[in-house]
Amino acid sequence: MHKHTSSKRPLSRFILHLILIVICAGWLVPSLGLLVSSFRPRNLISTTGWWTALLPPFKFTLSNYAYVLTRGHMGISFINSLIIAIPSTVMPILIAAFAAYAFAWMRFPFKETIFLVIIGLLVVPLQLTLIPVLKLFNALGMTGSFVAIWLAHTGYGLPFAIYLLRNFMQDLPGSVLESAYLDGATHPQIFFRLIIPMSVPAIASLAIFQFMWVWNDLLIALIYLGGTQAVAPMTVTMSNMVNSYGGGWEYLTAAAFISMLLPMLVFFTLQKYFVRGILAGSVKG
Amino acid sequence: MNSQTILMLAMAVLGVPLLLVGYITLSERLLGSAAHKRSSSVRAIFWIAPAVVLLVVFLVYPIITTIILSLKDAASRGYVGLANYKYVFTDRNMLLVLRNNLLWLVLFTLVTLTFGLLIALLADRVKYEAVAKSIVFLPMAISFVAAGIIWKFMYDFQPAGAPQIGTVNAVLSAVIPGYQPQAWLFNTATNNIALIVVGIWMWTGFAMVILSAGIKGIPTDVLEAARIDGANEFQIFRFVTMPLLAPTITVVATTLIIDVLKIFDIVYVMTNGNLNTEVIANRMYKEMFNYHNYGRASAIAVILLVAIIPVMIMNIKRFRQGGANA
Repeated sequence: MHKHTSSKRPLSRFILHLILIVICAGWLVPSLGLLVSSFRPRNLISTTGWWTALLPPFKFTLSNYAYVLTRGHMGISFINSLIIAIPSTVMPILIAAFAAYAFAWMRFPFKETIFLVIIGLLVVPLQLTLIPVLKLFNALGMTGSFVAIWLAHTGYGLPFAIYLLRNFMQDLPGSVLESAYLDGATHPQIFFRLIIPMSVPAIASLAIFQFMWVWNDLLIALIYLGGTQAVAPMTVTMSNMVNSYGGGWEYLTAAAFISMLLPMLVFFTLQKYFVRGILAGSVKG
Repeated sequence: MNSQTILMLAMAVLGVPLLLVGYITLSERLLGSAAHKRSSSVRAIFWIAPAVVLLVVFLVYPIITTIILSLKDAASRGYVGLANYKYVFTDRNMLLVLRNNLLWLVLFTLVTLTFGLLIALLADRVKYEAVAKSIVFLPMAISFVAAGIIWKFMYDFQPAGAPQIGTVNAVLSAVIPGYQPQAWLFNTATNNIALIVVGIWMWTGFAMVILSAGIKGIPTDVLEAARIDGANEFQIFRFVTMPLLAPTITVVATTLIIDVLKIFDIVYVMTNGNLNTEVIANRMYKEMFNYHNYGRASAIAVILLVAIIPVMIMNIKRFRQGGANA
């Protein structure tokens, strides 16, 4: 990547740096305030600004975290978020990969039409599905179960996953697949030993994108899990805390930071794939 | 952790993939033992069947049902014609909801695009580009709920005279002499803007990343040629960069519009739609859960669909044009 260097004059360089640094500071301050506050004792949070904690005397505590993880249900909700997010990432990707392979490398009737419908479904607002799907789950007695939310997230994640993987898979070298097929390899062998390994970059981006989406989702969990604390993910628990604690900043900040830990870890370690997934979601979509 | 949780986790991590791999292997066995080998259509059906079934159950069938429900009464018993739509477009509260969504649509989209473009252009000229972009992009990774908490804290309000613990009021008090602290989320003149700011904070990184990729794609020699011809930085931006970037800007704007129409979490967490801040998705949620009026809730959802249909058609058209590689 090349730099578009220009405007060598010192004054305009100075203004450039100034604007950029002010913007970056503005973007960082909200999260920083949250992080600092989450370690401050209750009486200080509600009486002094979080920035005062940056100067001595340093008075920090871990009790906010201890409270929200146990009595604030964030510990169990963290586990619930994992239980929800892992299958809700694995299922749509695997199922989409099957379909994408067929769309890219097999011939069947109405192939084009079905794919056009999938493209149409890419942008459908999920709100359109909530009432009928909830009624369905109620009729089957599945509301409030992890299975229900896995299936819902899988269904909702499929259009984008199929679209992305099919575009990627059809650009794979056909000659390699051809020769494998002539050597007597079956379709599952080709799929698991050639297609999947060669599609790792696309799958990685997709996995991160879908995982973050599910991890951060509030609406779907709120509706299909029926508000039971035992199965609530962190987003639901936090929004309940906002309603019940009002201004209990020491708990809210700690809870919010716990929910951000995993996404931030993913962000800092796998940023390349994360950005690539986001790019694929728009530039191609 | 009790034993049931452990069982669920094991099922989640191991059971589901095994089940799916088993399914596809078994279907191949089934085809292999079938008399004729030329069963490629049948095989394809096995490969797409799980996806198609789930798409029908969770998207196609519910969309059609919602459209039908929007023509029925609150309890989905009898047809009421277009009464729900009449309500959506005439009720005073609903008109307020539509106004708020319009405000979100215009302000959020324009400001997010402008900031995204500005930061992408500026960062392109400095050595710490990667760091600057990471900072702006970071909010994309966190949930709307966490962002809602972060910003509720930013907007915190204490009566004048008391020490302000909210960053926004504290900074403004320090900078502006005689500043009166504002209850940003309660004052109906400012609360919608205050919510939109949260959206902008979260999504600017998205616009920036994509526009930045677009800017990197502009050939250096084009810019050099303009510079040699004596164009200044602004002229280069206006007559070279902008036209070349126009398709990318359209893509970003489209994505932002799709997302802003569905905005729900920020409003739900920060104000729950009170004090004139309700938007379409929150109104739908309330009609559904608080008032159990499925007719109205469905009509509101259909409005969202109608608003997004142009984008849908555009996507399909674009795919068919580029369909040579399909």
